[in-house]
Parts: sequence; structure tokens; C-alpha cells
Amino acid sequence: MSGSTRVSRKKKGAGLSLLSVMPLYVFTLLFVLGPLVYLVVLSFLEREEVWGVVNRFTIKNYLSIFEPIYLKTFYESVKLALVSTSLVAIIGYPFGYFMAKLNAVWRKRMMMLLMVPFWISSLIRLYGWIIIFRANGTLDWILMGIGITDAPLKLLYTYPAVAVGMVYALLPFMIFSVYSSAEKLDWSLVEAARDLGATRWQAFRTISLKLTLPGLLSGVVLTFIPSMGLFFIADILGGNKVVLVGNIIQEQLMKAHNWPFAAALSVVLMILTSLMIRMYRLITRVKDLEGLV
Amino acid sequence: MVIFIALFLHFDMKQKYTNAKRIWYTLAYKKYRRVKRMNDDVILRLDKIEKSFGTNKVLNGIDLTIKRGEFITLLGPSGCGKTTTLRIIAGLETPDGGRVLLEGKDVTDEEPNKRNVNTVFQSYALFPHMTVEGNIGYSLRLKRVDKAVIRKAVDEALELVQLSGFGKRMPHELSGGQRQRVAIARAIVNHPKVLLLDEPLGALDLQLRHQMQIELKRLQTRLGITFVYITHDQEEALNMSDRIAVMRDGTFEQVGTPTEVYDRPKTSYVANFVGSANILTGIVGSTAGGLVEFSNPCGAMLAKADGGNYAPGREITVAVRREYIDLVPEDAAEGGAGKGLAAVVREKRFAGGVLQIIAMLADGSEVVASRHGIDSPLRTGDKVTVTWAPENAVIVDSEGAE
Repeated sequence: MSGSTRVSRKKKGAGLSLLSVMPLYVFTLLFVLGPLVYLVVLSFLEREEVWGVVNRFTIKNYLSIFEPIYLKTFYESVKLALVSTSLVAIIGYPFGYFMAKLNAVWRKRMMMLLMVPFWISSLIRLYGWIIIFRANGTLDWILMGIGITDAPLKLLYTYPAVAVGMVYALLPFMIFSVYSSAEKLDWSLVEAARDLGATRWQAFRTISLKLTLPGLLSGVVLTFIPSMGLFFIADILGGNKVVLVGNIIQEQLMKAHNWPFAAALSVVLMILTSLMIRMYRLITRVKDLEGLV
Repeated sequence: MVIFIALFLHFDMKQKYTNAKRIWYTLAYKKYRRVKRMNDDVILRLDKIEKSFGTNKVLNGIDLTIKRGEFITLLGPSGCGKTTTLRIIAGLETPDGGRVLLEGKDVTDEEPNKRNVNTVFQSYALFPHMTVEGNIGYSLRLKRVDKAVIRKAVDEALELVQLSGFGKRMPHELSGGQRQRVAIARAIVNHPKVLLLDEPLGALDLQLRHQMQIELKRLQTRLGITFVYITHDQEEALNMSDRIAVMRDGTFEQVGTPTEVYDRPKTSYVANFVGSANILTGIVGSTAGGLVEFSNPCGAMLAKADGGNYAPGREITVAVRREYIDLVPEDAAEGGAGKGLAAVVREKRFAGGVLQIIAMLADGSEVVASRHGIDSPLRTGDKVTVTWAPENAVIVDSEGAE
């Protein structure tokens, strides 16, 4: 008797909790899974001559990705993402690490300095880089003024300019991610390592780095994925000289009106990035097991 | 011919005998040196160490000499500078003034990894991403010691702390007491010259703490490593140490053996902090036969002079342990000079097998007497006379007051 009431109460509770999380499921289905399914379906359809889609199955969209021009774009995108992610990691890791070592007052100030740029639209900030990079712009003016270069570098609309733009846009994510894991680091562990005979560098390598690795890796993921798709940076700082996958998708969608092909490109990009994430996961897990000096 | 052989044998034997004697002497001398080293060899010396954090002066030029193989305890309340002293010895903190000498060598500015001194941290500070084995073998791996040797050393250390078979566990899978043992094993695996222990038993429950006290002391005797131990628990200090340094506000109040510190405290602070004593003041009346008679408004009593010279009329402070205090019912007391202080029993309290009788003196101050067992004929409100055997009353705070 008492058992049955308990069971029924349990069921009731389960029903209630299901009801309370329902909006979450509905929202996810409607706005995440739905569009995703639509995207995949779309990528297997044919395009209409001028505008719209014909409901006829085809894998032509995927086959055309293998044309050299698109393959090269993918290759360029991955390369740029790798370069900018490495740069972001090299600059951002020490930044976040040492920020965690500051005292509370300076930490707050640094945090403020990092947040301020976010109050301005990223597009406007990118236009700022145009002023710096363009021929006879700020950078040329400084370099020529000091006497390092004689003629304008003409950096705007080149690969390095896009890379700098990417690094600039994505650096905060790395810094925050490293900072949040370095802040949690128990510095007495570093002292213990030093006490047991580790030099500063050994203590960093075997203790601090190992324990902040999750922060670094999540920073890498947070940097790598967007840098594959941030088409407007390539647009603004690369002109039409640097073309990334994101640019092609945008072009196919907005200018060529080839929605199925844009969808196919998106699907491939998505698969590629999720493979990358899987790879990072594998690397981190292996690291954890291997461990030690 | 026979004589010749006999002569030869004689000289040969003599030669051998002298050799044997020489060897014996050398061995004896070596043994003498070893014993001397064990007894007199100073392993660590702190010379006028000063340290401030901002405007807060933590250490006021402390001096301390620690012998090889000694178990010395820094005893004091939190904030007295004992942890800072330890961190300066370890090299994790640089003193503002003074020197740290390890085996006669000035190591004040040496990096912590260059000193053969290891620490058991209060929080244990075990590396969370390494197994127990990994933690213990850490210092040896840094030295690039052969893997088989490391494994053997780690196994031995684990056995010493009675954790054999726990090598493959992660620190978060261990209980507090086990983590404690791993921290100790990690610190001794490298055979440090001095082992520093920062309140290592602070986080353990009472029973485990008593057990670990015994084990730590055994470990120290067995390894012969010099221990510098920090605690605020006077019982722990009295139980384990060869010597105790009682600290207060960045200075040493008294450094001595547990017996010295307990039976002959130099200051009222030490008397009170180590085994809480009753502190009384009075004016010296007369001195005779190594005893000092002193009196205050509640009566007169005797105290041990202990070689000191106390002129009549001088004010002195006297410390008497609770267990040495006698409370005599008023009607049973013998009268006469120097025969007790008048008091009234105010409260009886029983805790841990000890009965504490609190009596109030005429001037309003309290005297606590402790007895074993719960039985006592005294009742609250009884008029009593407070007395003690003169040799159990120690005059304190006399230094610098002359």
C-alpha cells in the first residue's frame, strides 16, 4: 500500500520535472535540430535556374566541392585557422596565465581592459585595422618614421592582414579560457614542486601547464571553430584576395542564390570542425592518462 | 735457527698487533666522531631572521640552532610567525634580514629546489593529476634517477607510511589520513637533511591524530632525519619533541626540552600556553633556603627561588600548574605565615577524566585546581585555603625585570 503510493508519487514527480524541462526540448527541437535537418536535406536537393530549390534528390552539390578551386579554399581556411589559433595560443596563454597571478585589483583592471572593446561592434573595430594596414596608413607611417621600411608595405588585403584580424578578434576567448583555469590553480602545488627540487621551468611544465591544459585546449577549440567561419574578417581585411569557406558560403547564399550548394558546404564545414573537436578530446584524454614529468 | 724463527715470529706478531691496534683506534675514533656528530653537529642555524609583510612585522630577528637528528617543534598560536619561519627555511620566502645556515653553508638566497630540505604542507599539496606513485617519485624523476630505482624507493616509502598497494590510486580517491601519509612519503623519499612539517595533523580527527603522533615520532627515530615541526597544540608538542620553541609575536619566548618548558617556564605566557598554569603576583617578603616568601592581599605563599636573587619588596609573578594546587577546607588549615591564600570554591567542572575546581581569591582572580576522578569533598561556596608545595611554584617573567 505504502509502496504503491510511493511509486505513484515518484511517477508524478517525474512527470512534473519532464513538464518543467519541456520548453527546453521544444526550443532545442525547433531552433537547433530543425534547422540542422533542413540544412542537411537542403544540401541534397537541386537548385532552380534563377531562384529557389527543386525537390529532386542529388549528390551533385557534394561532388562539386571536390573541384580544385573549392578544395583549395578549404585547405586555405584550415591553414589560416591553424596559423591564427597557434598565434592566439602563443600570445593568449601567457597573458591569461600571468593575469591569474596578479593581485585582485589589477586583475579587475585587466578584465575591464579586455571587456571594453566588446562594447564596440566588431565590424567597426575591423575598419580600424584598415586604417592601420592601408598603404601609407598608421603602420606604414610608424615603420617609415622610425626608418625600418622605406616604402609602404601594402599589407591591407593580404594573408597576414587577415591573420592579424583573426588573432585580434579571437584572442580574448583564449585569454578568458586560460585565465579561468589558471585562476583555479592551487599555487601551493607549484611551491610543493619547487620544494621537491623542481626548477621554475620544471615546476611550470610538470604542474602549472598540466593543470591549465584544459583551459588552453578549450581556448583552442573556441578559437579554431570560429576562425573557419568568420567570413567578414576575410572580406574586410582580405578584400577578395583571401577567400575562406565562410566567404564562399556567404557568396553562394547571398549572391549566387545557390542554396543547396551553400548548405552542402556548411555541412562539410560542420563535419570538419566536429572532427577537430573529437581530435582535441582524444588528445586531452591521452595526455591525462600519460601524465607525469 | 729456532731462535731466529722465534724472533721473526715475535716481530711479525708485534707488527700485526700494532696494525690491529691502529685499525682499532681508527675505528674507535671514527665511531667517536660519528657519535659526536650525532650529538653536537648543528644542521640548521637561523641567525637574526627578520621578516615583514607590508607594515606587519612577522619575525623580529629570531635565532635558533637545530642539531642533527633532532625533533624540534615550533609551538605558538596562529599568527605568531611559525609558518613564516618554516617557509624561510624551505626557501619559499626570503627574509628581510638575517641568515639561514644549512650545515654551515649560507643558503639564505638559495632557490628552494637547491636546498636539501623538504616540506609536508598543511594542505598536503598533493599533485592531483598524478597517482600516489607519481607524487612520491616526483623528486626522484626530476633528478632523472633510474626507473627501477625510483620504483624501489617509492615502494619503500609507501611501506614506511603503511600504504603499500595504494600506489596506483589518485589523490582524490584517498581519505584525509591517507593523503597525509602520501605527503609524508613524498617528502622523505629523497632523504632530506631536514624535514619541515607545517601542522601536518591539523586536519585529522582526534583519534587519528594521536595515532599519527606516535607513527611520526617512530618514523623520525627510524630515519634519523631532523624534523622541524609546527603546531599550535601544546599536547602534540610535549609528546613528540626533543625540544620545543614557544613562539609569540615573531619571537621565541622560550626554547627548551618539554620538561624544561613545562616545569620551568620562563614567562607567564609559556606557563599559560603550555599546559595552562595559574598565574599569581605578590611582593617578596623574605628569602631563605632557596625559597622565596611572597604575599598579596589574599595571603602569603612560598615559591622556588631557582638560583635567582629576589630582594624583599620586589614584585614577582609566580606560575603554579593546576595539578599542583591544593585546596584545603578552611577549618582544616594550619595557620601561620606563608601558609596559603584564602579563596571560595565557585565551580566544579568534570572533563576528560579530570575534575577542575575553580576557586575565587579575595581579590577576584581565579585559581584552578585539577584532580583525577570525579570525587571531591569540596562544595560550591566552601571556604578554602589555596596551597602548594613550594618547589612546584615557579617564578616567571623575572628576566629583564631586575
